[in-house]
Amino acid sequence: MTATSPTDALSYYGRPIIKEPVWEKAIPLYFFTGGLAGASDLLALGAQLSGNPRLRTSALAAATAGVAISPYFLIKDLGRPLRFLNMLRVFKVTSPMSVGTWIFSAESTATGIAAACRLFGVMPRVRATAQVVAGLIGPAQATYTGALVAQSVVPAWHEARRELPVLFASSAAASAGGAAAILTPAEHAGPARRLGLIGGVAELAVSKLMERRLGKLVGSVYHEGEAGKYSRLATASTLAGTTLMARAGRHRTGAVAAGVLLLTGSLCKRFAVYHAGKQSAANPHHTSIPQKERGGRAVTQPSRRTGNGSSPSGPTR
Amino acid sequence: MKLADGVETYGPEAERRVGFFTDTSVCIGCKACEVACKEWNLVPEDGLVWTGNSYDNTGELSANSWRHVAFIEQQAPDPLKRGNQDFRWLMESDVCKHCTHAGCLDVCPTGAIFRTEFGTVVIQDDVCNGCGYCVTACPFGVITRRELSGDGAAHKCTLCYDRLQDGMEPACAKACPTDSIQFGPLDELIERARERCGDLVEAGVSEARLYLADENDGIGGAGAFFLLLDEPEVYGLPPQPIVPTKHLGTIWGAAAVAAGVLAVGVAAAFFGGDE
Repeated sequence: MTATSPTDALSYYGRPIIKEPVWEKAIPLYFFTGGLAGASDLLALGAQLSGNPRLRTSALAAATAGVAISPYFLIKDLGRPLRFLNMLRVFKVTSPMSVGTWIFSAESTATGIAAACRLFGVMPRVRATAQVVAGLIGPAQATYTGALVAQSVVPAWHEARRELPVLFASSAAASAGGAAAILTPAEHAGPARRLGLIGGVAELAVSKLMERRLGKLVGSVYHEGEAGKYSRLATASTLAGTTLMARAGRHRTGAVAAGVLLLTGSLCKRFAVYHAGKQSAANPHHTSIPQKERGGRAVTQPSRRTGNGSSPSGPTR
Repeated sequence: MKLADGVETYGPEAERRVGFFTDTSVCIGCKACEVACKEWNLVPEDGLVWTGNSYDNTGELSANSWRHVAFIEQQAPDPLKRGNQDFRWLMESDVCKHCTHAGCLDVCPTGAIFRTEFGTVVIQDDVCNGCGYCVTACPFGVITRRELSGDGAAHKCTLCYDRLQDGMEPACAKACPTDSIQFGPLDELIERARERCGDLVEAGVSEARLYLADENDGIGGAGAFFLLLDEPEVYGLPPQPIVPTKHLGTIWGAAAVAAGVLAVGVAAAFFGGDE
């Protein structure tokens, strides 16, 4: 029988077909802190090139905070935390986590050098070079996590493979703009405000695109349960943050409030994506129905087949 | 039959690809495969619970269950039995598929998961750091981490790699009393399975079909394939599994575009002029 809706679709006692991701809250937290660091490093590089040392310093501070806390989240979530260095045994292009480990290693090293030079006021040329390196790796740092979750069998992630990296990039831009707008005096913070605005608007737009791509069945996860909750929170915060940044971003309190809202929106968006993956993995129909609709050939029947093709079986539940 | 990804690196040391043909039409649900696997591989207990789902109290494949017998009770005539029966049993011993294109192996960031000289897929549990990426990359939900009381690493069927190296068949196939689980060179198994499936269809079992025996499917065919008597979903199997790496180019492409968009966005933020 061809199943068309979840209610008459087949499953084995309603059990999931694939396994729910084992990752815990540390992973969406890292998506946020890693994205913040990557986009902030690029913002700091822009500030360095355009001769805006105030903005450079605050963006670098946000990036440093991001790369400093990230390893804690990454290692905490391992089943064998003491073996985290095993990630550095190999480089595999088929594994965004492997590629990402190297990206993050380079990003955090460069950011650390730039921050240390700034803090101790030494070696300005080393600092500038390190900032260039960190800024150039920044976009990769901010987007590879989107590729990482897309490279899975989880329907809400794999089916959104075209949108997730750019969603994470937008979310990272919004958070970096927000953080720098908080940390920088208004007269130097113009680019930070505009980055927050651009990122926030892009985050809202790409989220819509992604949900449309996922379709009615799998896309429903963004309206249910934890994913729905965080999704609504993210939309409200980011919408309020961009509006406030545009209207009152040049005033100190306005900039701080808008920055906090953009950071909150970005963080909630990562949690929405994380929970969406868990929820779609737990539902066997999110795996089986799109696969059936796509067609393919996992099943082969012998050519001598004489049956009329109708199944004697109904749903198992 | 395709060569499994990565086997070419063994050169002349590569062995003939082996696997399992699980013929569910002769499975009697004795679970000897589950027990033999646990005993041989020292797989720990996975919770003593009653699921209420027929005779299936194992529930699913996991780090602590490398064979899992599914039990399905159907209100449907059994084409293999005479008389006015309106009930049939479906039983199926599930296992890691040892895919030709293995998602778990592709995404493993430590190199803990590797392709053996027999074309099978094995996790080195002394290398695995329990990152959990393989769990999200398996189209069949085979792998989990051994949590809490366990070592925190990922575990799954090794197709009894240690026994293969000594020229012995895996413990589950050895213990199967009806030869529902057959072990051998994969090309021979596929030939035998096609014959068996054809015989069943001729005998009136029109629902008989081979699952994962086609090298052109989304995983390049499997090292463990099945003869099923109903749709794959009925057994908890994905109807058209696809290795996520199949879209690797699209995914990295999307990431590259996204990185470019971010760079343009930041540049635009500096060229906006001051408001």
